[in-house]
Amino acid sequence: MKLPTPPALRTTVTNSPPRMKTVVRRLKFESELDLSFGEHVAERAYGQKLLSCIQCGTCSATCPLSHYMDYTPRKIIAMTREGFKDEVLNSLTIWLCASCYACTVQCPRQIHITDVMYALKREAIARGFYPARNPIPVLAKAFYERVRHDGRNTESRLLITLYLRTNPFKMLKEAMLGLHLFLTGRLSLKKEKIKGMKELRKMIDSVEPRKEAVPL
Amino acid sequence: MSYLYFPGCSLRSTGRPYEESILAVFRKLNIPLKELDDWNCCGATAYVSIDENRAFTLAARNLAIAERMQNNGNAGEDLMAPCSACYLVLEKTQHYMKTDEGVNTEVTAALRRGGFDYKGTTKVRHPLDILVNDIGIERIAKAVVRPMKGMKVACYYGCQVVRPFETFDHAAYPTTMDRLVTALGATAIDWPMKARCCGGSLTGTIQEAGLRLNRALLKEAEKRGANIILTCCPLCQHNLECYQKRINRRFGESIHIPVAYFTQFIGLALGIPRKELGIQRLFIPLKFADPPTKEAHAHA
Repeated sequence: MKLPTPPALRTTVTNSPPRMKTVVRRLKFESELDLSFGEHVAERAYGQKLLSCIQCGTCSATCPLSHYMDYTPRKIIAMTREGFKDEVLNSLTIWLCASCYACTVQCPRQIHITDVMYALKREAIARGFYPARNPIPVLAKAFYERVRHDGRNTESRLLITLYLRTNPFKMLKEAMLGLHLFLTGRLSLKKEKIKGMKELRKMIDSVEPRKEAVPL
Repeated sequence: MSYLYFPGCSLRSTGRPYEESILAVFRKLNIPLKELDDWNCCGATAYVSIDENRAFTLAARNLAIAERMQNNGNAGEDLMAPCSACYLVLEKTQHYMKTDEGVNTEVTAALRRGGFDYKGTTKVRHPLDILVNDIGIERIAKAVVRPMKGMKVACYYGCQVVRPFETFDHAAYPTTMDRLVTALGATAIDWPMKARCCGGSLTGTIQEAGLRLNRALLKEAEKRGANIILTCCPLCQHNLECYQKRINRRFGESIHIPVAYFTQFIGLALGIPRKELGIQRLFIPLKFADPPTKEAHAHA
């Protein structure tokens, strides 16, 4: 579960003298961008409004998580629109979005920013664009499988799967919390399952899975 | 007045005291609740990160079951979803089925596959909305036997119950719960964080960020003199209460503030025994003595 630590969370400050760095071009030339990326995401996040963003930054200001992000929501929108596909899909921002919709209700252009973030998450998961042990896509996948299997989610089992797949040691760290929940009757290992599983699976399977691949 | 009830997965585990207190309060107010037949998971925020139309289909099955129940002798009963995430997912599904043709065609077809002919009549409601706007603050205030005098309450709404649709309250500064607790005899403190995000599942995934969000909420409530935080979402309650100890350890704080469900608080004011409200399941015990009943007040 090694996440790239965003600058805001870094607690140590290095005092070593600045060293000569290799010179890297930090901007991309237009030929290196994926120019259709913005259109593609806009289509999957309800309308072309994304493309009409005026870059006012209200989303970044209202976002309670923006100061932990590597790119603020405003930047993510600009980069998506301009076709910085790799940077956007590799960013921590899309995983930090907790879907609180603060940006969506404030946006003067009525861009569904939370839905844009969901679209980017789907894109990144479908294309395997995330740090190997990033717990959020792992959690999303485990959740998907569990609901596909039982129709309901059993929280305790979901969390055990999450820790086994990301960082088993974390389970030990969380053991006391789990025990406390168990003792207060708030955690049960009993599997929750629905009766109409067959019917539900038939319905879900009839929906064509979305092809998230960007035309390259 | 009666309602269909969608518990959701959380209310069967970490949110158990929420379910217990909702059932107890509605029983006390003589409002029948009927659990939705064979309900399934709403999909929460995780399912939609994998596949959107499938997520809508998953949620829509519940809406369709509710409609079927309405047609079979439960006419006019709204679907009550107490967990904020369930509430929003069901509401959002309903919204996109009405406004987006692509979603509507695909989901309706999938529902038909499962034998549902969904017309889109189900209305999704949150218990806070029902208690204040249907049952009414006056009726609840009349039923109060133990006015919660002296309690300073920070009403915490979280995000998804008011955003993005603002169905029954303001997106940034909601007041429904404040009016409700005032009617119970308590004081609702004014604080700007009432609809700020608690981070949801971030406490389990990117914990460093999740803890910081909750720390800000707890510190602000404490600073403004609250002696209890009330929530209307199982995830908010879990984050603010169960991680309080860890927040203190991690950031060197000494926060100690109980976090309960608003329905538990109503239950106490209505004189329902603590055990029926699941108060014993809270990590941080509600230590205050039950306030005296109205009669005792009158004698004194």
